[in-house]
Amino acid sequence: MRGIVALLCGMVFGAGLAVSGMTDTAKVLGFLDIFGTWVPDLAFVMGGAVCVTLVAFHFVLKRKQPVLSAGFALSGKTAIDGRLLSGATIFGIGWGVYGYCPGPALSALVYLDSKTVIFVVAMLVGMALANKAGSA
Amino acid sequence: MLYSYTTPLIGGLLIGLSSVALLYFLGRMAGISSIVWGAISAQPDNSWRWLFLVGLVIGPLLYHQLTATAYPTASPLQWWHALIGGLLVGFGVKLGSGCTSGHGVCGIGNLSPRSLIATITFMATGIITVYVMRHLLEGM
Repeated sequence: MRGIVALLCGMVFGAGLAVSGMTDTAKVLGFLDIFGTWVPDLAFVMGGAVCVTLVAFHFVLKRKQPVLSAGFALSGKTAIDGRLLSGATIFGIGWGVYGYCPGPALSALVYLDSKTVIFVVAMLVGMALANKAGSA
Repeated sequence: MLYSYTTPLIGGLLIGLSSVALLYFLGRMAGISSIVWGAISAQPDNSWRWLFLVGLVIGPLLYHQLTATAYPTASPLQWWHALIGGLLVGFGVKLGSGCTSGHGVCGIGNLSPRSLIATITFMATGIITVYVMRHLLEGM
């Protein structure tokens, strides 16, 4: 049951990314190009998503536990430190270089473009490197 | 002009809905970078992560097939843009514990100041990067 729910959630999430335009690097870079010919449409993606989570998370987290698990697995991290800021800074630069963040890159694999495969493999390598650097 | 906002909004609502369902049923945050890292680093209780990721690819396929919507045009950028972009994105999201979904959609939804700061930071550096590449180093 948990597996089916996870699969369905992934499908809805991925469909949402494709519907929204987030899997189109030209649209994403156009959205980030606020000093050029700015295309602000994609602001409605995070805007729409956050409207839903802001309201619904509040009620969901009032429950004692989730429907199919023993407890809520929340990060619990609150520190606004150098790791957070440098990580977000580096991530944003990479996002601006090619136009994909992690979710859309994975969803776009279905378009069978070899450059997307390069992006995703490089992303996994980058994660492993950061993990190594962080634990050293 | 208004029309161009409809599909981003519908997509955003679907992403929000999925995030709420994952939290409601499994008690998990739909932070894609964390789910990916958990999946490939073989965390315990991992099958839900892999199934979520399979769905993440099947969902767009179904959307494009069922609605007969064309795939987006392939990026005109070079393979090394993809390589450098991917490396930086992967390194950054692991170091900063989250990406657009984990910090942006779920973290802000959970009223986390940490996630709000992260989101403002990566939006800002993304905007600066596009400015530098498109307008300072034209054509890079």
